[in-house]
Amino acid sequence: MKDKFAPKGKLIIVEGVDGSGKSTQIRLLEKWLRYVGIPVFFTEWNSSEQVKEIISKGKKRNLLTPTTFSLLHATDFAARYERNIFPLLRAGYIVLADRYIYTAFARDVVRGCSPDWVRHVYGFAAKPDIAFYFRVPVEISFDRIVKNRPKLKYYEAGMDLNLSNDPYESYRIYQARIVEQYESMVEQEGFTIVDGTVDIEEQQKRVRQKVIEMLPQQMRKNMSTGAPNQ
Amino acid sequence: MKQLGSSSRSLRYYGKGIPYLQDTEVKGRLIVIEGPDASGRSTHIGMITAKLEADGHAVLNTGLRRSELVSEGIMEAKREHMLGRRTMSLFYAADFADQLENKIMPALRAGYIVLADRYIYTLMARDAVRDMNRRWSYQLFGFAIVPDLVFYLDVDPEELVHRVFQKNTFLDYYESGADLGLSDDMYESFMIYQRMIAKEFRRMQKRYNLLIIDGNRQISEVNADLQKWIDHFLGSIQH
Repeated sequence: MKDKFAPKGKLIIVEGVDGSGKSTQIRLLEKWLRYVGIPVFFTEWNSSEQVKEIISKGKKRNLLTPTTFSLLHATDFAARYERNIFPLLRAGYIVLADRYIYTAFARDVVRGCSPDWVRHVYGFAAKPDIAFYFRVPVEISFDRIVKNRPKLKYYEAGMDLNLSNDPYESYRIYQARIVEQYESMVEQEGFTIVDGTVDIEEQQKRVRQKVIEMLPQQMRKNMSTGAPNQ
Repeated sequence: MKQLGSSSRSLRYYGKGIPYLQDTEVKGRLIVIEGPDASGRSTHIGMITAKLEADGHAVLNTGLRRSELVSEGIMEAKREHMLGRRTMSLFYAADFADQLENKIMPALRAGYIVLADRYIYTLMARDAVRDMNRRWSYQLFGFAIVPDLVFYLDVDPEELVHRVFQKNTFLDYYESGADLGLSDDMYESFMIYQRMIAKEFRRMQKRYNLLIIDGNRQISEVNADLQKWIDHFLGSIQH
């Protein structure tokens, strides 16, 4: 990347399976940063106005192949990246992303896309300054999700993978494979691991500590209420 | 009746391909016609289709932006100028992938001759003139099947602009590259843009085995040319 385009902001992302607690944590992080007066932007996977509808239409009709599934999510990501993430980073914001390219690396590869190909497709995305990975045993994340949901959606349960005719069984196998992919990325991608089984407060403490270490001097000085409780 | 040759072949991809379709066997053939708007693509496809069907082949016509999945979305987003370049290019890639897997592949498996009105090359040329990294595009389309024949109808912008005005009274926004801010003068912008695109096709010629056809001539002349290539190719695959 050319210097004149080097972003002044910081990119912090969270990854982990559904039910790993990552969304709770990044929301708490967002609230804290706002509270102390740091400019923050929050974005989440599969949320671009223009693209979301098309994806959900395709999903409803079970029309997606692994390749179109992958490319449509890449389109959604690019829309958010071009419109928000990259310009805001350049403007000096702290950009918080609930799921980032690693979600695609995990899901698309589990669905049968080539790992190299998926990585090339997302080759334009900036590397995060911190990538938190919420590690949770599959049984725990499974219980957290299933308790709150009477019915699992087709793609959410990985039904397109033909793992099992029972959505819950399919979901369990699917999630285990996703975890496998995440674990294989931990070192290469430099994930910061958060133990998703400990108390919410405990996790948040670890997250904030890591974030403070990374904040530019100027931002740390400008924080209106100082450091969080340690 | 002519036959396409009875044996099945495995697919050839440009790059990594589609791992879960690696073992797919096909009997049909894929022929692509590329070229700018008003270069005569659809006329030629109509003529070639008629001839191939008269010879007893099953033919499927396909083109960019005809997929059920995302076509409407693309048109809408385009109208509203809401999406960035990278987003548009991935959108088109998704649309293309949908057609490839759900239309082209099944037809090839069933032994059809698929005539594609544009393929990945137009998409890559558009991206390249919009400053997108060429290597990124090549790799993005690594899942595309290598066609048996690819024609590029090369028409001089001076000739092309007359043909456009015979069809419409105005120059299309995107076909003039108006989003690139090349010139405030639409005519000028169209000429520059078409030259840039043509240059990209020439650049891709070797890598992708493009057959560049002089499209400035009469339709019948150009068509005779295309037909000759196709007959020759079909002849060469029959034992």
